[in-house]
Amino acid sequence: MSALAVDSLYKVFGKGARQAVAELESGVPREELTNKKVTAAVIDHNFTIASGEIFVVMGLSGSGKSTLIRMLNGLVEPTAGSIWIDGVELGGLSKKGIRELRRDKVSMVFQHFALLPHRTVLENVALGLEIKKTPTAERTAKALETVEMVGLAGQEDKLPSQLSGGMRQRVGLARALAADTEILLMDEAFSALDPLIRQEMQDQLIDLQKTLRKTIVFITHDLNEAMRIGDRIAICDGRIVQLGTAEEILLHPADDYVAEFTADVDRSRVLTAEAVMEPCGSADTSSFEQVESDTPVSELYGQVLSSEDPLLVVDDRSDPLGVVTPRAIIKSLTPETDASEADQEPQQA
Amino acid sequence: MIEYLRDWFWTYVWKPLPDMPFGDWMDGLIRWLRTEWSALFSGIETFLETIYFGLADALLWLPSGLMIILFAGIAWAAKSWKLGVVVGAGMFIVGWTPYWDSTMETLAMVVVSALIATALAIPIGILASENRIASAVTRPALDFMQTLPAFVYLLPVVMLFGIGETPGMIATIVFCMPPGVRLTELGLRQVDREVVEAGQAFGASPARILLRIKMPLALPTIMAGLNQVIMLALSMVVIAGMVGGGGLGSQIVSALGRVEIAKGFNAGIAVVFLAVFLDRVMQGLADRTPVARAAALAR
Repeated sequence: MSALAVDSLYKVFGKGARQAVAELESGVPREELTNKKVTAAVIDHNFTIASGEIFVVMGLSGSGKSTLIRMLNGLVEPTAGSIWIDGVELGGLSKKGIRELRRDKVSMVFQHFALLPHRTVLENVALGLEIKKTPTAERTAKALETVEMVGLAGQEDKLPSQLSGGMRQRVGLARALAADTEILLMDEAFSALDPLIRQEMQDQLIDLQKTLRKTIVFITHDLNEAMRIGDRIAICDGRIVQLGTAEEILLHPADDYVAEFTADVDRSRVLTAEAVMEPCGSADTSSFEQVESDTPVSELYGQVLSSEDPLLVVDDRSDPLGVVTPRAIIKSLTPETDASEADQEPQQA
Repeated sequence: MIEYLRDWFWTYVWKPLPDMPFGDWMDGLIRWLRTEWSALFSGIETFLETIYFGLADALLWLPSGLMIILFAGIAWAAKSWKLGVVVGAGMFIVGWTPYWDSTMETLAMVVVSALIATALAIPIGILASENRIASAVTRPALDFMQTLPAFVYLLPVVMLFGIGETPGMIATIVFCMPPGVRLTELGLRQVDREVVEAGQAFGASPARILLRIKMPLALPTIMAGLNQVIMLALSMVVIAGMVGGGGLGSQIVSALGRVEIAKGFNAGIAVVFLAVFLDRVMQGLADRTPVARAAALAR
């Protein structure tokens, strides 16, 4: 089921926006609009996000990704197009209706945390529930539970200024989770954090997602981050340049813009055994060591080195799919040879 | 050449113009107000005088010795025991001068004027922060209020209200209100956009965002504005004294008239100690707002 759908969505800032949209619809690139005073932030976005999916929007600053996420909860009004949440179109809602939607269906995590400095961790986490007018006892219980869930137990009575950046963002995450909405919007949520803390937070998010199954729209400018956490990734530059899984984007970048990003990505973490395997052929595979098809390449190194034979890739019913050789691994980590190579592979993602 | 231009402008621009009418318009307006709206003005006068005399009587009800201890206690509670000692000593000196009663009258006048100015300034500041047109209108109006010499509007105010405490308070309110409005607007506009967005993103209503998010975050700035309001109100005491406002102002005015240096200086000292008390207590209160406390914890 789709939790969120976006249909030919446009956002153009400035006077004469409508006209600019008409121009953009006919395929004019945003740098070549006749009216130089308008800024086209979001151009012709179309996608649906399934319930329980992590959908990452990736782009550089100025690519319209922040504008996009703010349109999804009505903080920014689209110039054209429509947004559907749970089968309800945002454009048809009154101001009150939008507020109710934000209370009950969509919550948000902010880049710079956006916590209230004079409120304790617990009071900050309870913000959404307070706005929903949840009774105090229930509110406190729920907030406490969420604080524990994000690993901040014992910090409830501290003020945000007494916490580190990572801990503050956990408060931001807990605040969004406590509101108990199906959709979670995360606007560069981890971008302001140190690399190590960022990775920790990514892992925690993936971990939480296993049990919570929220629908998450995650904005980032870091493709590594996008590929770590995203089920699907949309690469934006005004328009959506490419939309696909991490593997699809890595193996078949749509154009030079995307290829430039993928050059910096740690391929061994994204590509799986299945993506790099070669056909078994007629070889006797019974003595080969077995690996699951979704194991990342980075976890195959040890086994490949210690084993005489190639590794046998199997699916979840232990049926053989192909073999992984050291040569295949090295080849998969080299982007240049990849485009031609990938086409010959029998099966990708 | 210059002479020629001077003649030209005189002959063709200034001479044909009629007399400048702005002043006459103002004069007409004041006379009209005085005849047609006298009920309103006497109502305002009764209102202001009632609270002023009520407060002045209350301040003079206890003997000065007890009041000195009370002032010191307030300063201690608002900031520190050190300030309590300083204020206690200052107020003792004020009690030592023959102007204790005048000082209490002046305090009452400053408090009433500042309270009314605040009650007007905060809503106007809120409106200006939310609405660009309101902001564009209030800004020049505030400039006008602050820069028009006080004596100029004292005259029409006296015409409307007669001699006494009221015109002094009205002039004080007009003069001391602008920083209250300005700093309220500034404080509210300075609130982190993302925090306001967070309120919106969780479905808070505009009223809730204003009262529960923006106001608490802007409060330290607003308090700084109120401090200025009080200080400006205090700076108007002499001018209020000139139109029969009583208090220290009229003591200073009479000292000026008779060249009594000693009297003027004593009354002046009382104004200074009153200012120290009000300023430091307000600062102490500003440091106690939740946001200021949280910021202090971070250091």
